[in-house]
Amino acid sequence: MTQLLAYRDKESVAPGEAINFMVSCHGAERYRADIVRLLSPEAGPDAPPYREETVDLPVNGDYPGRVQEIDIGSWAYVPASPVIDALQGFTIQAFIWPTLPGSGSQALLGAWSENEGRGFGLFLNEAGALEGRIGDGNGEIISVSTAHPLLAHHWYLVAMSFDTASNQLQLLQTPVESSSLHADYDRLAETEANLLPAAQGLPFLLAAWHDGPSARQSAAGGIRVSGHFNGKIDAPRLCNRGLNHIEIAMLSEAEIPAELSDSVIAAWDFTRDISSEKVSDISGNGRDGETQNMPARAMTGHNWSGAAMRWQDAPEQYGAIHFHEDDLYDAGWEADFALTVPEGMKSGVYAARLAADEAEFLVPFFVRPAKGRASADIVYLASTATYTVYTNNIGRMRNDWTEVVQGRLTILDDTDLLMLDYPELGLSTYDTHRDGSGVCLASRLRPATNVRPKGRLWNFCADMFIVDWLERSGQAYDVVTDEDLHREGPELLAPYRVLVTGSHPEYHSAEMLDGLEAWLRQGGRMIYMGGNGFYWRIAYHPEKPGLIEVRRAEDGTRAWIAETGEYYHAFTGEYGGMWRRQGRPPNLIAGVGFIAQGFDASSYFRRTEASNDARAGFIFEGIEDEILGDFGVMQGGAAGLELDCHSVRLGTPPHALVVASSEAHSNVVQMVNEEIAVAYGATDGVQNDRVRADMVFFEVPGGGAVFSTGSIAYAGALGHNDFDNNIARLTTNVLTRFLDPEPFMPPA
Amino acid sequence: MQQIDPKRVDLAAEFKAKPFGVHSADLHAVLNLMRRPPLGGRHVLLVSKPHEAWVLAEMDGKPPRPRRLENCVFDSLEAAEWFVFKLRWRELTGAELDIE
Repeated sequence: MTQLLAYRDKESVAPGEAINFMVSCHGAERYRADIVRLLSPEAGPDAPPYREETVDLPVNGDYPGRVQEIDIGSWAYVPASPVIDALQGFTIQAFIWPTLPGSGSQALLGAWSENEGRGFGLFLNEAGALEGRIGDGNGEIISVSTAHPLLAHHWYLVAMSFDTASNQLQLLQTPVESSSLHADYDRLAETEANLLPAAQGLPFLLAAWHDGPSARQSAAGGIRVSGHFNGKIDAPRLCNRGLNHIEIAMLSEAEIPAELSDSVIAAWDFTRDISSEKVSDISGNGRDGETQNMPARAMTGHNWSGAAMRWQDAPEQYGAIHFHEDDLYDAGWEADFALTVPEGMKSGVYAARLAADEAEFLVPFFVRPAKGRASADIVYLASTATYTVYTNNIGRMRNDWTEVVQGRLTILDDTDLLMLDYPELGLSTYDTHRDGSGVCLASRLRPATNVRPKGRLWNFCADMFIVDWLERSGQAYDVVTDEDLHREGPELLAPYRVLVTGSHPEYHSAEMLDGLEAWLRQGGRMIYMGGNGFYWRIAYHPEKPGLIEVRRAEDGTRAWIAETGEYYHAFTGEYGGMWRRQGRPPNLIAGVGFIAQGFDASSYFRRTEASNDARAGFIFEGIEDEILGDFGVMQGGAAGLELDCHSVRLGTPPHALVVASSEAHSNVVQMVNEEIAVAYGATDGVQNDRVRADMVFFEVPGGGAVFSTGSIAYAGALGHNDFDNNIARLTTNVLTRFLDPEPFMPPA
Repeated sequence: MQQIDPKRVDLAAEFKAKPFGVHSADLHAVLNLMRRPPLGGRHVLLVSKPHEAWVLAEMDGKPPRPRRLENCVFDSLEAAEWFVFKLRWRELTGAELDIE
């Protein structure tokens, strides 16, 4: 069976800029690539037809297929050095917090080549006990184990020392004292070893072992690794002789004791450079390394007391890096073709459409206008931060609770199933790692199975309903992305009078919110065309492109819950979690905020008395209906999936008008838990009238305005009856008035 | 723990008439029993023709993958839900549902 996988190096490009496409083609010698403009989603017989237009470009054509591989799993790399090459006696030690002991052999630290059986390294063996190995590369390996499995989610000081005078290879496995009342003890083991480790040319690795050369040109050190460790490592050390137990304990302190300084070859301190990939050696020997595939940093260490919740307040207690076998930042593939966006290429939503035999794979991207060359009064803000954090959401088919929450059977197509065929595509921030910890980092530098105009009507695919409506409005529009807004702030939006969001703009950095807010104060008009927007705070990595951090902190509707003490982003030091918990509820900017979700059936809106207010007259021009949106392809109504409601207490401007509200939601539609201090049960759409979407309009001082639909399913109603319906009419009324330069004035 | 009363065939009829949307409290309780582990999540629908035809599959193995079931092709999501409802009714009550 032929399968295609691909991604691009940028999400947003302007005329004159180049975008590279990386492709892996399985089962076919060649594939076809065409650049297409995307105009609508594939949403079935009840929706307007799928539309894409091939753009006549020289890059379109047949290309040779090849398989490109992904090396998933995080680790840290310290280059080989003559000092390590020459080691005979040594000590390696670290604090570790294993999360999957007993789940395969895992490398902790060392200069160990698994495929050549040489060097030295410390491991967890198949049973989850500490194991040390040295190998001479000529077939002889000596190993020793404590034979006592470590407990998951407990800290240990582990060490291996080799004394060449006595030829004793010793292991130490010491539980770190904590508040836990469990029974665990020091475990020691030793064996005689009449050979010397042969580590010549081997890099020193953390959380993986060397396994030969890599097929990927971009691989760190040109090596392939395996034997990934799942868990935290803190304060790893390397010495040039076998230390005794007292010395090992001394060396485990943050500062290197003066009497051991001559013995220390490297001492890595993960409390430094937390936002980066750098692994800093504090021994003075300059053996800095770097992490690969972005393991989680700013993690609580072996000495975290619980007194500090913010890593900047007690950095010495945040010396752990949490490595996972399923971390991935950049697939690192070579480019197969590149598009230089020609001058005059219209701003819009595009894709590279790849096809070979029966396989098809679409790689969407966004063409924005060149800086200072806005071509329209309307700008569509593509929710690319949300797309990135949802990328490859495999939990949808694995979580026990998916069907209960959805109130429906889960539907999967062939592209979804690529996640099972290629688990190396990595996870979304809706998933947990194999060790159960939450995925707090997501990257767009890898193939995305769920960012496409086909398949599940969600995020990118559902947003294409809005693009379709814009296309049919006859109005010119430009397209920019979340990353553009994050980088450029309100200047990006300044040329535009109207901004239209996607159906679920859920994730925002502070820079993005600041940019939107500043633009609104300058007279901007926003149509928030969705539900559960402006909800989570994210941090873009300051240097690594396309990488987003999400800490699902103390509250909110969460796919997982961050560990206590790990609520602050490593990238920026900002507190993570809901904006509502940080003084910026969605209501402030959108007039509504997340109140309920449920996915079995959508409902309708009913006009309110306030809709007759003269201020809202433009919204309902030509609309006599009291019931709005009792139709749509996203579960049958305009009000559904995720709902937002008005709340002055949470920041909705008091002058905002609720012009329509939804009703008659089902038992599956549940109020969000941040609204429920004490669980009382009556929180579904049948029993609680707060489970509703509010359609809200308000004027913003400065001449601007906001119109919010408060519902994800709204987008799926726009195209009903070939766009001849009260939702499309209402939305177009708003767009028309928002385009009118006449300033909006809040009521006196 | 609540069990499904096999005599409450009225709840099955209610579901068949309206698989999605507002349900009686008793039917909702039945659906919650059916949709949570060990049964919930075991069945998935594989797209045969986008938005028009689906094949029922069971998640199976480690890690789980969908295994297509014989003669279980549906041209509506409602029909698929009803088929799975009957399967689960039988599994949880030991009784066949005498409703087509």
